Amino acid sequence: MIFPFGYLRPRSNVRTINIGRTCIFTNANITMTERRHEDMDILSLSAVELGKKIKAGEISAMEATQATLAQIEKEEPRIHGYVTVDAQGALKQAEEIQGKIERGELTGPLAGVPAAIKDNICIKGRLTTCSSKILSNYKPTYTAEAVEHLQDAGAIILGKTNMDEFAMGSTTETSYFGPTMNPHNVGHVPGGSSGGSCAAVAARECYYSLGSDTGGSIRQPSSFCGVVGLKPTYGTVSRYGLVAYGSSLDQIGPITKNVEDCAAVLTAIASWDKKDSTSVKREDYDFMGSLKADVKGLRVGIPADYFTEGLNKEVAEAIRAAANVLKEQGAVVEEFNLSLVKYAIPAYYVIASAEASSNLERFDGVKYGYRAKDYEGLHNMYKKTRSEGFGAEVKRRIMLGSFVLSSGYYDAYYLKALRTKALIKAAFDKAFENYDIILAPAAPTTAPELGKSLGDPLKMYLSDIYTVSVNLAGLPGLSIPVGKDEKGLPIGMQLIGDHFQEKTLLRAAYTYERVTGKEAR
Amino acid sequence: MANKISDETIEYVGILAKLELSEQEQQDAKADMEKMLDYIDTLNELDTSDVEPMSHVFPINNVFREDVVTNGNQMEETLANAPLRGGDCFKVPKTIG
Repeated sequence: MIFPFGYLRPRSNVRTINIGRTCIFTNANITMTERRHEDMDILSLSAVELGKKIKAGEISAMEATQATLAQIEKEEPRIHGYVTVDAQGALKQAEEIQGKIERGELTGPLAGVPAAIKDNICIKGRLTTCSSKILSNYKPTYTAEAVEHLQDAGAIILGKTNMDEFAMGSTTETSYFGPTMNPHNVGHVPGGSSGGSCAAVAARECYYSLGSDTGGSIRQPSSFCGVVGLKPTYGTVSRYGLVAYGSSLDQIGPITKNVEDCAAVLTAIASWDKKDSTSVKREDYDFMGSLKADVKGLRVGIPADYFTEGLNKEVAEAIRAAANVLKEQGAVVEEFNLSLVKYAIPAYYVIASAEASSNLERFDGVKYGYRAKDYEGLHNMYKKTRSEGFGAEVKRRIMLGSFVLSSGYYDAYYLKALRTKALIKAAFDKAFENYDIILAPAAPTTAPELGKSLGDPLKMYLSDIYTVSVNLAGLPGLSIPVGKDEKGLPIGMQLIGDHFQEKTLLRAAYTYERVTGKEAR
Repeated sequence: MANKISDETIEYVGILAKLELSEQEQQDAKADMEKMLDYIDTLNELDTSDVEPMSHVFPINNVFREDVVTNGNQMEETLANAPLRGGDCFKVPKTIG
């Protein structure tokens, strides 16, 4: 029997779910023991390096896929980064793509490179659960625009990664299928909500992945897992096929081992798409040209009001040290006050919850997904289906969102938050008059221990303090690893740019990476 | 000022949200929401009387296109996801008395 990883895994049963896993590998007829040493080398390549070796005929797409599937089999019991893995499908894709590469039909940098997709991004005919019970059996009839672009570029899609339910959470612990563990220390969370995507890259269970970022859901887990994660400018990557959480804030973005891969994946997925009415037509979609190790004269602003009591000392030191690296390379680094920092999270939770309550109305047990077993009449079916199908954090946000949108409270909460958003955007506009990039921590701490966050939601929300304002203002933000704390947990630096300035972020991050040699391998 | 959510309000919000909450869940939801609203009230420190609400950071225009089918008939694939199917329809409980 084919047993997709994590499929229909009850919450309480997280540690015992690995039985039967190897079945898909025996079905797929893989021999993976003999090449162990070589596999190690294959797995330590970056996505672009692997693509080059495949193109040169040194490694085949099938070998790379087999090596990654073997790594998944080895690491998943420890990490649980995936909800589903399709080993046979991946090998079939690999064979097709290898043929296209050999015939010269696929020539891009990502051709033949195995990747993973967050489980809130639709792929036709493949389970797309949003790590929720209510979508635990849902197979989309269409593929997300961003994934189609990856497929056109020759990506091999290995599987779908675990996440906080409907991307609501900061630890990947609200997943219906149980938490993902941080590859650097499995007693800690990977961050969230794209925790599975980040852990899979860090554990070398794929060469890169896609995540989604509504309030920090790419950047914060990238920071916790020691990988590179980018949330593009709002409207840069089509949201078509991304299951909506907060539509005015959501963006799909790359999660990679290094900055070059980040630029390559962004180049592949960014597009103007008629099917997404908020898609923005940009002048230039080639981000590879930004990979120059040169920050001479780059004006870098550090928000002094981010360095307050809530910020862990080791994180603060690592971020300042990283800023110094850019300074030594010729960047002009200054501190300034961004202002309004403490208002970003309350404004974010009003707006995101309001949009979520509206977006999640579609899950009613009629057209897809879970439906309650016993009910009396239509409305009772809706209520029971939703009450049984959604987890606690999702219900909490739907309730809050319904409240702030209800008559009598709409002005006081929802419109107040939208006005605050305008002020926050204005504060960033002002900052970008003086600086090319803003340099900050991605999160106030390193990854918390498993099981320590969900008990106090408000405290968990505060872990997004440095990331949510970037979504409110629609800006691009990138997280890059800059060091580790004394426990060995990664620390991420966040670089924030003005609208459409991804190239500036990539250039600064690339410079940092070249100078320090820090890369996930 | 501390927010106080009445039983009636939480029940009303439950109806809006189409969620059926047990007695315990209602009490928890009340406590959660009161705490969250107290926190959100920090926004009242800001004077926003001259600020327009901003829903999108970029100007958003409607996108129009001809009403032409491009993805073919996907009835079977679509109905395959139905929790309950009756012929070529989604089957739901009786809606009109």
